[in-house]
Amino acid sequence: MKMATKLDTNFKGREILDSVVIRFAGDSGDGMQLTGTQFTQSTALMGNDLSTFPDFPAEIRAPVGTTFGVSAFQINFASHSIKTPGDRPDVLVAMNPAALKVHLSDLASSGLVIVNTGTFNPRNIKKAGYDTDPLEDNTLEFFRSIKIDISKLTLASVEGLGLSKRDALRCKNIWTLGLMCWMYGRERQSTLEWLESRFSDRPNIAKANVAALNAGHSYGETAEISADLATFIVPKAEKKPGIYRAVTGIETTTWGLLAGAEKTGLKLFFGSYPITPASPLLHSLSNLREHGVITFQAEDEISAICAAIGASFSGCLGITSSSGPGIALKTEAMGLAVSTELPLVIINFQRAGPSTGMPTKTEQSDLLQAVWGRNGDTPMPVISASTPSDCFECAVEAVRLATKYMTPVMFLNEGYLANAAEPWRIPDVENIKEFPVSFHTEKTDFQPYNRNEQTLARPWVVPGTPGLEHRIGGIEKDYDSGNISYDADNHHKMTKVRAAKINNISNDIPDQEIANGAESGKLLVVGWGSTFGAIEQAVRRCRSDGLQVSQLHIRHIWPMPKNIFKLLSNFEKILVPEINNGQLVKLLKAEYLIAAESFTQINGKPFKVADLEAQIRTRLENLK
Amino acid sequence: MKNESPHKELKPNDFASDQEVRWCPGCGDYAILKGVQRALSDNGADPAKTVFISGIGCAARFPYYMETYGFHTIHGRAPAVATGVKLSNPDLDVWVIGGDGDMLSIGGNHTLHALRRNIDLQILLFNNSIYGLTKGQYSPTSDIGTKSPSTPTGSIDSPVSACQFAMGCNATFVARGVDTDQKLLPNILAEAKAHKGAALVEILQNCIVYNDGVFSSFTEKNNSSDGQIFCEHGKPLIFGKDAEKGLRLNKEKLELEIVTIGPKGVKKTDILVHDRTNRVLASMLAKMQAPKWPVAMGVIYANPNKTYEEAVHLQIQEATKQTSPMTVTNLMHNGRTWTII
Repeated sequence: MKMATKLDTNFKGREILDSVVIRFAGDSGDGMQLTGTQFTQSTALMGNDLSTFPDFPAEIRAPVGTTFGVSAFQINFASHSIKTPGDRPDVLVAMNPAALKVHLSDLASSGLVIVNTGTFNPRNIKKAGYDTDPLEDNTLEFFRSIKIDISKLTLASVEGLGLSKRDALRCKNIWTLGLMCWMYGRERQSTLEWLESRFSDRPNIAKANVAALNAGHSYGETAEISADLATFIVPKAEKKPGIYRAVTGIETTTWGLLAGAEKTGLKLFFGSYPITPASPLLHSLSNLREHGVITFQAEDEISAICAAIGASFSGCLGITSSSGPGIALKTEAMGLAVSTELPLVIINFQRAGPSTGMPTKTEQSDLLQAVWGRNGDTPMPVISASTPSDCFECAVEAVRLATKYMTPVMFLNEGYLANAAEPWRIPDVENIKEFPVSFHTEKTDFQPYNRNEQTLARPWVVPGTPGLEHRIGGIEKDYDSGNISYDADNHHKMTKVRAAKINNISNDIPDQEIANGAESGKLLVVGWGSTFGAIEQAVRRCRSDGLQVSQLHIRHIWPMPKNIFKLLSNFEKILVPEINNGQLVKLLKAEYLIAAESFTQINGKPFKVADLEAQIRTRLENLK
Repeated sequence: MKNESPHKELKPNDFASDQEVRWCPGCGDYAILKGVQRALSDNGADPAKTVFISGIGCAARFPYYMETYGFHTIHGRAPAVATGVKLSNPDLDVWVIGGDGDMLSIGGNHTLHALRRNIDLQILLFNNSIYGLTKGQYSPTSDIGTKSPSTPTGSIDSPVSACQFAMGCNATFVARGVDTDQKLLPNILAEAKAHKGAALVEILQNCIVYNDGVFSSFTEKNNSSDGQIFCEHGKPLIFGKDAEKGLRLNKEKLELEIVTIGPKGVKKTDILVHDRTNRVLASMLAKMQAPKWPVAMGVIYANPNKTYEEAVHLQIQEATKQTSPMTVTNLMHNGRTWTII
């Protein structure tokens, strides 16, 4: 990720970079997420590959100027394929002293920091925890810095538009965006259009933001500032032909669920209760009334899943979503769905726990809860997504398994995937094989728990079907008739068949593949979920140095692909890096009795490639 | 509408499933089961389109005994499951069954929201003021001082009144009946079924094992005419063995008072006339408790309003009308895209 220095006249004297990582940081009310999102959109349209990492506090507007109120958005964009938002920013935009305090230590050596000096007054400096003004002392001595009074320039740019000082100052993020667009040769059109539509009901606010955007851009063009403020260009990345768009995991999850519903021919019912970071899925599905989607904001998490179960009972595709604490509340109802063998998709946007934990920070710590966290022997398939793009396929797969096997399915998503953006080649939905659902209507020999011999799924009969009136519930039922049964042997048999039905799914999922490297060797790095990109880069770097390391990334957490044990056995050592205190590693040990090693990081952030690389090298050295 | 039903010929027994009923001998639930089966038969219900959804408790076993669709869910959550069922298929006639613990304690939240949303459900709350299935602990409707395994020296917390709670939730239909009153109960249930919106019916039910006789001070043959008042829309609110007592509004205190009709008392025309669309009156009637007051029976409040599921499906209809059929492909391509050749 080193900056290239070659000059190319095709880009009007701009310095060409392979890739660059920019981090925007400011107060939580400064609009940094918005600045980042608009910069991302523009970058995507330029044809770069990209990956983003929004990192914000749980408070909507934390006290101004505090370090805990700092909100940041990181984007990595490149002329080649990239998989992570970048370990360290090359450029840090710090809108206030607190942002500088929190993020400067991450900046790459001799990186560039752009500072809004307008906020560096004694009060803010002290609030950020600095004893002296960091712009005056040696804080920035190892970095290149550009000091601009963005606040003042923003005020000047919107003068005469009749805005209050407060409203005028709120345009400073857009001014900054204008400057960064100039630095990296991003076109402003998409942002201009967005501003016009976003503030269509407040034309003077729209006008002010447009003025600020243009002012920031012209400042770059005309200001006589240090040579550090050079212009750069990151050429287009080579990508497979197709139609692309920038997406977050929320969007791909939404569309995947809808695509799944289309493939089944079922109406989609979504019951949910607001919770960070899952709420955006409730918002996006609520916007799909014209697709016939029924959304229900329930009174609580329990009601949300229960309504979805009720919807499945009456013939819809019932879906619910939440995050850690909400998933815990839904647990009893999941047991009901397992016992009554109704299809249901549960999406868990994992966040840092335990309890409330850190709602806006990502974590992968609900894996064991998903696989084992229910009362009784209550098996349920669990799948996990590895990238924002992958959320689409996982959502489709969750719907397929739920409806084919008449079972709830847990889709482990992550807060990081929900918010992170990347370019996505829009798939051809026609190419996804249909998996239509047909409700059982045949009266002859009907029993509600008569199982399909192949899938072991029970028939789906919806209320309204004449002659098939029946009762289901959470009490144990007779294997043959489905009536209430407390018979000892019957319970044993039912527990076994519920487990067999889920285990059987391993025959209906693709074989596990090695994501990277040889099928055998010294070290296998086994991951799941959002760590895919970071592990891939680390493994590639080590392999390019001739190290015998491979990568295996699991989508189907439960049941696992049949060939996985064989693959694990092909390596001398297994390393399982996770953003938790070691969960997949426990599952692998329990299932396969292998001596897997764990590497964990539980700081609410994605892995850094360099950290993983160091781990791989150390573990390989220990083998010698 | 009722007379046109093709299911008119179904007898109450046709709504009984083949499962052996497993309530204690003498339990009030038997009478309620009979009353519900009669109400369905009388009103030409279609068994295929009828769904009984229950939570956990003695009452919650109810669906197993009905030859309709049924779902025995988890403790307190029946209104939530029923909400999903009704929203998914508004053509179904959905009944929710639960006890006082199920609906007012562990599931009180769902009862509140089902009522205020006005989803077209019949919510039958079997109130026996005790936890039966868990062996006799006091419930949220038990009187203060109730001695039970968990309150050996008497309960200390104030009970909740189901009907008052429902009025507070802005329910559009609130009624009360007694398990053994087979004359009144099927009629109340029929009214609840016909009501468009969430209908709460509190059924006072005798638990013969753990709380026998808890309501007997006003439900026995010899005391019911003095202990109960039957609320009939448009009729004066009169009670007593000889219809000699009535309710009148004390205009100074803004509260009800019991008055005697006759030469020594008030004129019959002074007695309040029941108006089931009057929320204030209904709240006052719902509040009346034995022994000081006659307990209000029948339809205390009924004032239909637009149902939640109607509104949801109307929004969907409007949205789908405005556009040509939308697919996920349309959606994914609708936005900023770029093409790589």
